[in-house]
Amino acid sequence: MTQQIIFIIISAITLIMGWIVVTNRNLFHAALALMGSFLGVAGLYVLLEAGFLAAAQLLVYIGAISILVIFAIMMTRRLMQTTETAFNSQWALGGIISSLLFAVILYVLLNFWTWEPGNGPTGSVPAVDPAVADNMVVSLGAALVDVNQYVLPFEVASVLLLAALVGSIVVAWPEKVSPTTEENE
Amino acid sequence: MVPLSWYLIVAAALFCMGLYGVLARRNAVAILMAVELMLNAVNINLVAFWRYQVFPQPQAPVSGPAWALFVLALAAAEAAVGLALVISIYRERDSVIAEELDTLKY
Repeated sequence: MTQQIIFIIISAITLIMGWIVVTNRNLFHAALALMGSFLGVAGLYVLLEAGFLAAAQLLVYIGAISILVIFAIMMTRRLMQTTETAFNSQWALGGIISSLLFAVILYVLLNFWTWEPGNGPTGSVPAVDPAVADNMVVSLGAALVDVNQYVLPFEVASVLLLAALVGSIVVAWPEKVSPTTEENE
Repeated sequence: MVPLSWYLIVAAALFCMGLYGVLARRNAVAILMAVELMLNAVNINLVAFWRYQVFPQPQAPVSGPAWALFVLALAAAEAAVGLALVISIYRERDSVIAEELDTLKY
């Protein structure tokens, strides 16, 4: 029961913050709400007993990606006056499509969902193997370099991350050929 | 205990909000933020299905968190490239409004 209350509070925070992210006119406030939403998702991971993932979420999303987004907002801030309209001309269609998608998922989940362990909405949850739950970090690390599990996706992801970061540096590199520098030379 | 479908509903709501943001926002940075929301919703689904699986998988005990970590790494790569593109476009065109960037369209 306590867990359900905590779940409802955390998911309410997540969803309200997410709503602020997509609707707020002020981009900086939207970025701060994005951090709050990430924090709520980390809380959901804790409720799901994936503690390492919650820590990774805090470090990567709140620590790195949000800061990156805030930097980008500040570097492009001059043109984003808060008086400007935040939505494009197809916002109504987009709203209809996304709420339709949500309605379909909700309908299916409420009417055709049979994969609850136990009986119905309050059924019991199968316990995670305690050996796995206690050694989450150990088994995760072993799984990532296990030949039979995730070593190939792991290596591909690392190469992709390296390539993406080098590529982003190249893309964002400032143009050196401006008139002032040529005059100085 | 919290039923699995609650997690799925929250993840679906978050995903649909992100979809709305991608479809409706004008600013490219806001679109990227909405994409991050969608990736987070997918991650919630991955971890929730892993936690509530009826048949444990002894040969892959941490499948859900492992894939969620991959999604995390890809989200970081996506954010880096996307924001670098936004900054580069801003330098070039003095604008980060997605609908004004239509050079490839004509």
